Amino acid sequence: MKHLDEYRDPALARRLLGELRATATRPWTVMEVCGGQTHTIVRQGIDELLPAGMRMIHGPGCPVCVTPLEIIDKALAIAARPEVIFTSYGDMLRVPGTSGDLVGLKARGADVRVVYSPLDAVRIARENPEREVVFLAVGFETTAPANAMAVLDAAKTGVTNFSVLVSHVLVPPAITTLLEAPDNQVRAFLAAGHVCAVMGWTEYEPIADHYGVPIVVTGFEPLDLLEGILMAVRQLETGRAVVENQYVRAVRRTGNTAARDAVAQVFRVTDRKWRGIGEIPASGLALDPAFAGFDADRRFATGDIVTRESPACIAGEILRGTRLPTDCQAYGTACTPRTPLGAPMVSSEGTCAAFHNAGRGLELR
Amino acid sequence: MTSPAGLAGPACPMPSAETERVLLGHGSGGQLMTELLTDVITAELGTGEPLEDAAVVGVGGVDTVFTTDGFVVTPRFFPGGDIGSLAVHGTINDLAMRGAIPVALSLAYIIEEGLPIAELRRITRSAAAAAAAAGVEIATGDTKVVGRGAADGLYVTTTGIGLRPEGARPSAAGGRPGDVVVLSGPIGLHGTAILSAREGLGFEAEIASDSRPLHRLVAAMLAAGGTGVHTLRDPTRGGLASALNELASASGTGIEITEADVPVPRPVAAACELLGLDPMHVANEGCLLGLLAPESARDVLRAMRALPEGVDATVIGEVTDGPAGRVSARTLIGSTRIVDVLIGEQLPRIC
Repeated sequence: MKHLDEYRDPALARRLLGELRATATRPWTVMEVCGGQTHTIVRQGIDELLPAGMRMIHGPGCPVCVTPLEIIDKALAIAARPEVIFTSYGDMLRVPGTSGDLVGLKARGADVRVVYSPLDAVRIARENPEREVVFLAVGFETTAPANAMAVLDAAKTGVTNFSVLVSHVLVPPAITTLLEAPDNQVRAFLAAGHVCAVMGWTEYEPIADHYGVPIVVTGFEPLDLLEGILMAVRQLETGRAVVENQYVRAVRRTGNTAARDAVAQVFRVTDRKWRGIGEIPASGLALDPAFAGFDADRRFATGDIVTRESPACIAGEILRGTRLPTDCQAYGTACTPRTPLGAPMVSSEGTCAAFHNAGRGLELR
Repeated sequence: MTSPAGLAGPACPMPSAETERVLLGHGSGGQLMTELLTDVITAELGTGEPLEDAAVVGVGGVDTVFTTDGFVVTPRFFPGGDIGSLAVHGTINDLAMRGAIPVALSLAYIIEEGLPIAELRRITRSAAAAAAAAGVEIATGDTKVVGRGAADGLYVTTTGIGLRPEGARPSAAGGRPGDVVVLSGPIGLHGTAILSAREGLGFEAEIASDSRPLHRLVAAMLAAGGTGVHTLRDPTRGGLASALNELASASGTGIEITEADVPVPRPVAAACELLGLDPMHVANEGCLLGLLAPESARDVLRAMRALPEGVDATVIGEVTDGPAGRVSARTLIGSTRIVDVLIGEQLPRIC
């Protein structure tokens, strides 16, 4: 396994910061789309060392945060059924639905299990033929291939007691929506390296061209981010707006063809509601009709879900990058990782959790 | 509604965290566990804050140190140890963190119907060997069997008793501004070894638990530093981050560490990176934190490094004059951040 020290070298970091300060002549605003990048930036304090006036805006790239409340409520309804083994990545367990979360449901007796891969959920289905095993298939382009593989595996091996509750989202339509917003302040984007490792960056090229916005495909280590920011600022300072790749060790322009093929086979593009943002056309993936038998939403008629968001939560504005967690009246008081009002305070990739875990603004409360 | 406009809709009940039932996270060593202890258990018992690893009880004018601990680890056998040796080491270490020389242990089993006798024999043999190697007697015990499904194979409870020599008074509340923060060895090995063994993640060849007794290391530290050894703590559940926060809170000080100085073995760093974990929140079973008077630090470090369990001992930070309870870390690129306690579990329960 490749080790990490070379991407965390303090001397190199200082040199990149020096170059950034020498390059930036204006207070540019750059958005990192991905929640994993947000956590590195906040945890390492990269945003606090940027040139004066320059700002990082934290984007909507936390898959847990943008999963609609309706899906969480459907997950709770399905997981509560006695015949169901409900499986999910750990992060989803504490996301608040309208009336509780999966952790609480588990404590009250529901069979909720954390898995590390959707293929584990298929294995559980195989081992428990008398039960219904459901996997909560959320996330961006990064998690879609493994979920597609799980469905293909279940179909191929005749596992009929397995289904997926799908709420995948896609990054490029979200970037376009942010750029179209009247209050948009973003002048350049850092695109998520792992998304591009799957999908490549061809979809980003027309966006960079049409909106005149630099997009830099960037990794997740401190030096990746510093270099990505520097590459974006260099473009801004010279009036260029193209897609560049900082994450050359992992990403090719065309992405991972096999992964894309699996996704294309199992899913089709659909309109999707994003929690806190609203509906974005053609921004999600749903199961292709050929795999409708694996659709948990169909298999377990959950009825009309009535959702209620906390009125105190400004998650929508945080996810769109127009306000910071520290702008929220509930931040650090009513809303903490212990008692989250909104998803960005729950997930390890959420902006509010990143701020809270790093102690941002808490001394003021 | 999930649109931004919908967020300003009519008032509604907050999505409340589960407060009526015990969650797995209540056993994590994080904030939930602290709440369970302070709001429920010590509140009902009427005892003080559960700050220490072991209690000091005066018996006939001698400082007798007393502790008890339960072990529910899954799997029961893991790289670097098993539930039997872990139970012995864990209890010896809790005694040692108060400066005690361990004298005797009890060993109690709750066994689920169906456990192979050969496995119970192997675990008991391991516990006996661990106690013998540490020079501690297993003097008493108990055995109960419960029906299939009522327990997860085997739960072990150990109680330990030790004697504290005069002079040594390490306590969680002993930290003073200016104290040197030392760590006896690398972090994250136990938690990642358990997780890898449990989930079949494939790191087993590279990572073994650091489970081992630390009483000889503590004796050497106290011999070299005497009353200059203000505080000792083994950062088990909740990891280094929880232990530092507990010590800062207990002593009403701040603690500032330098992230680059915290030793994280490369395989642990790689496993944590892969799983999205923070090594500072991962459990340990064979290292300790010390808060040392600055004038004692050099001698204590030299004594630590002379023993195998302290050969990698290193300074990771210092105690500051506040704010009380605040633990901060200087990041790799020179910024500063807060080191917080986990809310609930980061990993499935480990020990």
